Amino acid sequence: MPSATFRIWRGNGDGGDFRDYTIDVSPGMVVLDAVHRIQAEQANDLAVRWNCKAGKCGSCSAEINGNPRLMCMTRLSSLPLEAPVTIEPMKAFPLIKDLVTDVSWNYRVKPNIKPFKPRPPDAADGTWRIAESDVDRVQEFRKCIECYLCQDVCHVLREHNLHNQFVGPRFLVYAAALEMHPLDIENRAPELRREHGIGFCNITKCCTKVCPEGITITDNAIIPLKERVVDQYFDPLRKLFRIFGK
Amino acid sequence: MPEYQTHDYDVLVIGAGGAGLRAAIEASANGVRVGVVTKSLLGKAHTVMAEGGIAAVMANVDERDNWKVHFADTMRGGQYLNNWRMAELHAKEAPDRVRELEAWGALFDRTQDGRILQRNFGGHRYPRLAHVGDRTGLEMIRTLQDHGIHRGIEVHMESTVLSLLKDDGRISGAFGYERERGRFLLFRARAVVLATGGIGRAYKITSNSWEYTGDGHALAYDAGASLMDMEFVQFHPTGMVWPPSVRGILVTEGVRGEGGVLKNNQGRRFMFDDIPENYRSQTADNEDEGWRYTQGDRNARRPPELLTRDHVARCIVREVREGRGSAHDGVFLDIAWIKDRIPNSAAHIKRKLPSMYHQFKQLADIDITEEPMEVGPTTHYMMGGVRVDPDTQMSDVPGLFAAGECAAGLHGANRLGGNSLSDLLVFGKRAGEYAAEFAKENGTPAVDSDEISAKAQQALAPFERTGENPYQVQHDLQETMQKLVGIVRSEEEMQQALITLRELEHRATKVAVPGNREYNSAWHTALDLRNLLTVSQIITRAAILRKESRGAHFREDYPWKDDATGRCNILVRRNAAGEMQVMQEPLPELPSELKQIIEDMK
Ligand SMILES: Cc1cc2nc3c(=O)[nH]c(=O)nc-3n(C[C@H](O)[C@H](O)[C@H](O)COP(=O)(O)OP(=O)(O)OC[C@H]3O[C@@H](n4cnc5c(N)ncnc54)[C@H](O)[C@@H]3O)c2cc1C
Ligand code: SF4
Ligand code: SF4
Ligand code: FES
Repeated sequence: MPSATFRIWRGNGDGGDFRDYTIDVSPGMVVLDAVHRIQAEQANDLAVRWNCKAGKCGSCSAEINGNPRLMCMTRLSSLPLEAPVTIEPMKAFPLIKDLVTDVSWNYRVKPNIKPFKPRPPDAADGTWRIAESDVDRVQEFRKCIECYLCQDVCHVLREHNLHNQFVGPRFLVYAAALEMHPLDIENRAPELRREHGIGFCNITKCCTKVCPEGITITDNAIIPLKERVVDQYFDPLRKLFRIFGK
Repeated sequence: MPEYQTHDYDVLVIGAGGAGLRAAIEASANGVRVGVVTKSLLGKAHTVMAEGGIAAVMANVDERDNWKVHFADTMRGGQYLNNWRMAELHAKEAPDRVRELEAWGALFDRTQDGRILQRNFGGHRYPRLAHVGDRTGLEMIRTLQDHGIHRGIEVHMESTVLSLLKDDGRISGAFGYERERGRFLLFRARAVVLATGGIGRAYKITSNSWEYTGDGHALAYDAGASLMDMEFVQFHPTGMVWPPSVRGILVTEGVRGEGGVLKNNQGRRFMFDDIPENYRSQTADNEDEGWRYTQGDRNARRPPELLTRDHVARCIVREVREGRGSAHDGVFLDIAWIKDRIPNSAAHIKRKLPSMYHQFKQLADIDITEEPMEVGPTTHYMMGGVRVDPDTQMSDVPGLFAAGECAAGLHGANRLGGNSLSDLLVFGKRAGEYAAEFAKENGTPAVDSDEISAKAQQALAPFERTGENPYQVQHDLQETMQKLVGIVRSEEEMQQALITLRELEHRATKVAVPGNREYNSAWHTALDLRNLLTVSQIITRAAILRKESRGAHFREDYPWKDDATGRCNILVRRNAAGEMQVMQEPLPELPSELKQIIEDMK
């Protein structure tokens, strides 16, 4: 059986370093399999998150040779194995241990986005009628598995640490899913502009590139949201109305 | 004495899958303080993986459907071992629970006239599964999660309950730890809802994640509750088999619902060769009729690929054993063939089964629109669980409730696809409601701090030992259950399993873990071992006592159904001396109206 070396970050908030582990690899293996083998054979206390092993739960995010990926969906055959494969935790969040980061910030941000608010039911029995085409339009955003890889690469969070002023691409996708939900009648533009800091996004599209669900985050979610915000706040006529309204 | 943090709730829900979240939402709507504990992050529980859909009679696609048909289908699928009252409540209440999800923001696929679309699934007479492509579970858990976070529910993520606490016979809370720092947690609660999911990690080939170590089953058993139907483990017929690292990952039944067919290495659709008597009148006898069924022809009968899971799984095992399997001991599941029948089949498949398409493309280099998949059975679902009151979901222990996969009753000897997601909603809601009621009617119980210190000491023991690594014991346990208590069972093998399990139990008390308490996977694995061993023993002992073959339980040495045994459930509980007792209990009497429904639908 051929072997390969994995250079894995070991440590916690106080510091750490890379350690090399060499194991046998077999056909079809993904990076998560390699990590599990290392955990079972050489580093029993290695910390790693995972659940589904099929790209469905968004637990196993990490940086593999510097690229933000799901470990369970990254096949070893897609990586050069002559050199050690580096596996590191995400950088936009505080480290807990080894490959596990503290993503709790994301869970604090979400409730700040106004919840779903449907229009009154269409039928007497309390149900709605929705065209499949209207459903299809938002399904893209609803595929999000909350892996937070987009948050990890967004420079506003990763480099500038503006976690207090910007919700990040994941929650812009979430807001878009709600705003474009065929039944929703809430208006989230005021918060998007202020608390959620949509203006910080300068459309670098790094988030779109890493999304394992292939969500076109920037073009399909963020830009239309920005347009909504602009329509409501910077449309000269509306602005006039607001001034006179005061 | 080890330290611990204390939290007080009226209702503590253990588990944040569909059942736990629905229970928490309901309890909180009833005005009590609710806490939720989950081993993973929010939104990552097993429910997120469900693909096919939620079974609920809305009659949007076929107006002939009604609750009686769903009731009869569920009972037939469960070989009449189901708790009839649960099957009745489930069939009647599931539609409202699905509509409620829509009101909370879930977006299902639609019919032409804009209502919720329903798809065909194994064992369901009419198209009945509300779905979103093949990611229904994600839609469901996200809807519940996003609704739940605005209800004032406190969630303890990445925290594991190690044991339940009792005061004078009734439940008083739970004790556990959080993963991040390894600190202990004490939850004092007036009522506890178990919603911990299944046991799949007891087997080597499984569609289940590390979380499924049978915790709820073992916690309830240790607390003195009865477990029921534990011999019925569902092996899903279609898991991936190649490459080895993906073995067991689920291939949704939706593939067959959309027209996928099973073939052996001779290209034969072997499912036509063995159609059980009680399904013959509902099953197509030629390929054309089967195809028409999958395309919505209401006069066609369903293809044999959509027979119940237990039967399909056994047919696959037979093909492989008799040398007609694929190169990697599976059979072929072919959806690509529909290109002979419809134009643009590749686009159609990608739209109907997007995650399957990606799963095979990325993990196996297979384009399912062009080539057949290789599939074989995988451990999937536990029909058995905590025995509960069908209306309130309370177990034998006052104040302890259970819902979802860890509860027993609805599915009997075999679960129909889609009946789990609906189960979570219907009985999650009920458990939450009645747990809240119980909490309001009963005062705050006491907690014994000596007992807690002892539990904490015990949990820390693996750090103080030198010895075997816990992954090895877990691995050997999975091999044992897979080999000796799998799809085809016999007395001799299961007796052997009991011996091996005792050895493993002994080894488990000696495992050692390196490092400290911070996010230490070895420690977590060591602590889960006890539960895995308890449920494995329970499954094996129940399976030994059921000397017949029924539903998911197949005995080589008793390959027939036995009427007398078929009128009993098997119960397992702990007696006063702490010994495991396994016994038969007669089924509750079916009211005559329901009996009539079953007869009429035969
Ligand atoms: C791949 C796959 C596809 C499926 N497809 C379908 C389908 O199409 N239709 C259908 O009806 N069913 C389907 N099922 C079955 C269904 O998804 C599950 O039975 C169901 O989701 C179980 O839900 P639950 O709420 O009972 O538990 P889960 O969703 O598994 O949640 C269990 C929760 O309990 C927590 N927990 C467990 N132990 C502890 C502990 N000791 N301390 C604290 N927390 C704990 C876990 O962390 C988790 O949050 C599928 C299953 C799989 C695996
Ligand atoms: S496009 Fe916007 S949100 Fe996405 S990475 Fe760039 S700055 Fe961040
Ligand atoms: S939008 Fe994509 S990258 Fe971001 S969290 Fe969701 S799935 Fe992950
Ligand atoms: S383990 Fe679920 S996405 Fe990787």
